[in-house]
Amino acid sequence: MTSTPIPPPGQVVAHGEGQHASHNLTGFIIFLCSESVIFLAFFSGYAILRLSALNWLPAGVDGLEWHMPLINTVVLVSSSLTMVVAEHFKAKEKVWLFRAFWLLTMAMGAYFLYGQAVEWSGLKFSLTSGTFGSTFYLLTGFHGLHVATGILLMGLMLFKSFIPGNYSGGEEGVKATSLFWHFVDVIWIVLFMLLYVWRA
Amino acid sequence: MTSTIPLSESEASPSWTRYFGFNTDAKVIGIQYIVLAFFFFLVGGFLAMIIRGELITPASDLVDRTVYNGLYTMHGTIMLFLFIFPVLNGLNNLLIPTMIGAPDMAFPRLNAVAFWLVPIFGSLLIASFFVPGGPAYSGWWSYPPVSIQNPLGNLFSGQGLWLVAVALSGVSSIMGAVNFVTTILRMRAPGMGFFRMPVYCWTALAAQSLQLIGLPALTGGAIMLLMDLNFGTSFYRPEGGGDPVLYQHFFWFYSHPAVYVIILPAFGIFSELFPVYSRKPLFGYVYVSLASFIIVILGLIVWVHHFFPSGVPEWMRNLFMFNTMLIAVPTGVKVFAWLGTIWRGKLQLTTPMLFCLGGLINFVFAGITGIMLATVPIDIHVNNTYFVVGHFHYVIYGAAVMCIFAAIYHWFPKFTGRMPYEGLGKVHFLLTFVGANLNFLPMHPLGLMGMPRRVSSYDPEFAFWNVLASLGAFLLGVSIIPFLLNIISSWARGPRASHNPWNAIGLEWLLPSPPPEDNFGEHVPTVISRPYGYGSDEPLVEHQAEIEKALILQEATR
Repeated sequence: MTSTPIPPPGQVVAHGEGQHASHNLTGFIIFLCSESVIFLAFFSGYAILRLSALNWLPAGVDGLEWHMPLINTVVLVSSSLTMVVAEHFKAKEKVWLFRAFWLLTMAMGAYFLYGQAVEWSGLKFSLTSGTFGSTFYLLTGFHGLHVATGILLMGLMLFKSFIPGNYSGGEEGVKATSLFWHFVDVIWIVLFMLLYVWRA
Repeated sequence: MTSTIPLSESEASPSWTRYFGFNTDAKVIGIQYIVLAFFFFLVGGFLAMIIRGELITPASDLVDRTVYNGLYTMHGTIMLFLFIFPVLNGLNNLLIPTMIGAPDMAFPRLNAVAFWLVPIFGSLLIASFFVPGGPAYSGWWSYPPVSIQNPLGNLFSGQGLWLVAVALSGVSSIMGAVNFVTTILRMRAPGMGFFRMPVYCWTALAAQSLQLIGLPALTGGAIMLLMDLNFGTSFYRPEGGGDPVLYQHFFWFYSHPAVYVIILPAFGIFSELFPVYSRKPLFGYVYVSLASFIIVILGLIVWVHHFFPSGVPEWMRNLFMFNTMLIAVPTGVKVFAWLGTIWRGKLQLTTPMLFCLGGLINFVFAGITGIMLATVPIDIHVNNTYFVVGHFHYVIYGAAVMCIFAAIYHWFPKFTGRMPYEGLGKVHFLLTFVGANLNFLPMHPLGLMGMPRRVSSYDPEFAFWNVLASLGAFLLGVSIIPFLLNIISSWARGPRASHNPWNAIGLEWLLPSPPPEDNFGEHVPTVISRPYGYGSDEPLVEHQAEIEKALILQEATR
C-alpha cells in the first residue's frame, strides 16, 4: 500500500512535478482501500440478511437467470486484459495502439452496462420486493455506478492522450484509472459469486 | 515565497478576508476549520443548555417532548460531526505539515474542498429545524425502526436531511483522511523516519487510518437507511425480511472507532505537551507510538459492546467484552508513560499544562467506567441510562475537548504570532474542570439508580443529582466566555509571540510565528534525533543553532 513508484534512473523528474504525481497515486490507492470497505459492508449485509431469511425469494420469483450475467462477466473480466494490453503499448510509446485498446476496454465496459440494463428491465421483482430485491438492486446498482465512473475516467484519459507530450515520462492518471478498473472488476467477480453462483 | 528566511512583512500582507474564501493553504484551512467548529460548538452547547434546563425539574415543562427528542439528537450530531471532527481536522491541518516539515498538505485543493463541505452539510443539518416535522428525533445513532418512520411522507424530512448531512460529512472526512495519511507517509522532512516522528503525527496517522477503514461502513449503512426511509426498500424493515440490528452493526463498526478518532489525537496532545511542561523526554516514546496502532486494531473489533442487549448471541457478547477490556492495556501503557513523563519533572503549570492534567484525570475516570461498561452484566443493568451518558461525556468533554483547549493555548502563539493571556486561560480552565465534573459526575449515580437517557421528565427522587448536573452544565456554558474573550482579544492585540515561547522542541518551533505560507520552503532542515530531547543538549536538526539565531535576529528587527 505504501510502495513508492521510484522513478527509473536517468529519467529526469521535473522539479516537484514528478514527486507530486506519485502522491496522487498513493492517495488514490488509499482511497480505493477505503472504498472497498463500503462494498464489504454491502456484501456482509447481503450475506447476513440472506442467511437469516426464512423465504429469501419473493413470491413468484424462482431465482436469477445467469446466462446473460455470465456473458457480462466474461466481457468485464476480459476488459481488464485489454486494459493491460493498452498499458503495455503506452509503455512502448505506441500511442495509437494504446488508444485502440483503451477504446476497446471502454466499449466492453459500456457493453457490460448495456447488459445490466437489459437484465434489469426483464426482471419480475423490484427494489421494494423485500430484502431480496433491495439487496439485488443495491449491489448491482452501486457496482454499475462504479463501472460508469470507470468509463468516464477512461474517456478523460483518452482525451488527455491527445494533448501533445502529455504522456511522455509516464502518466499517473492512466495508472490510477487502470487500478480503479481492476478494482471494479474484482468487486464484480465477488458480486457474481454472491448473487448468481450462491444457490440456496 | 522562496526566500531563505521569510521576512516579517510576510505576516502583515495577507488579508484576513482569505479566511472567508477558497484558500488552499493548510494553515488557513486549519484556522477556518477551528473557527467554524467553535461556531457549531456554540450552537450545540446552546442545545445542551436547553436540555439541562428542561432536566432541572422532574416535570416536562420547558419544551415539548418531541422537541426534546430533536434537541438531544441534534446536540449529539452537531457536537460530533460539526464540532469535534472539524476542530481535530483543523489541528491536523495546522500541526501535521509544520511538525513533519512539509510545505503544505499533499493535496491542497482536495483539502479546501473537504473543508467547504463542512459549512454545506452544517447548513443542511441546521435547516432540518425548519422542515415540516422538525429535525431528526431518533437520537444521534438513528436506529431503525424509529429512524425509518416518515409519517409526513416528505422526501426532505428531518431524518432524510440528517442522513444526507452525515453522508456528506463522511465524504469530507474521507477526503481529509486520504490527505493526512498521504502527507504523513510521503512528505516528512529528511531524516525523519517513523520513529523520529512526533507522537501527534503517529496518533493522527492512526486516527485517520481508522476513518478510512470504518467510515465507509457507516456510509454504506446510511445509504441503506436512506433507501428504507424514502424508497421503500427493506434492509432494516422486519416486515420485508430486514433486520434492524444489522444497522446497529454498521453504525457502531464506524462509530466505536470514531471514539478513537477523537481520543487518539488527544493522546497525541498529551504526549506533546507533558514533555514540554515537565522539561523531560516522553517516557517510552516507542511504546506510546506503537500503542496507537494496537488501539486501532483492537478498536475495530469491539463495536458490539454498544448493543449487548439487542439480541446479540452469548458468544458474541463474551468475545466483545474480552476485546473491549484488552483495550485497557495499550491505553494503560500510554497513561503510565505520561505519568512517567511528569514524574519528578520541573512542572510548569501554564494554561495548556493545566488543561492536560485535568484532561488526564478525567480520562482515567472515564477509562474506569469504560471497563465497568464493557462487563456484560453491568452493561445490561446500566445500558441506555445516564451512566453511559456520563461515561462518554467524560471521554469526549472531560478528556478530548480539554485536550483540544490545551492544544489551542499551546499552539496559538505559533499560528497567530500572539500570546494568549494566562489569567483568563486559568479562569477558563477552572470553570471547565469544575463545570465538567459537576455536570457529568452526577450522571453516574443517576444511571446506577436507573434513570434512562433521552427522557424529558423523570421521577422526583432523581431531582437532586439532576439539579447538580444542570448547574454544572450552566457553569460549562459560562466557561466558554473567558475562552472567547481570551482568543479574540489576544489575537487582535496580544503580546507578540517569539518563535518558541514555551521553549519546546519540534520542527514547528523552528519556524517563525506565524509561519510563512510554505513553512520551511526549500530549506527543510534534516532531522538528526528523536523528538522530545528535553534535558539533553542533542539538537533536533542539523544547523539548529544557526536556524534559531536567524529567527531571533528576525524577531529583534520587527
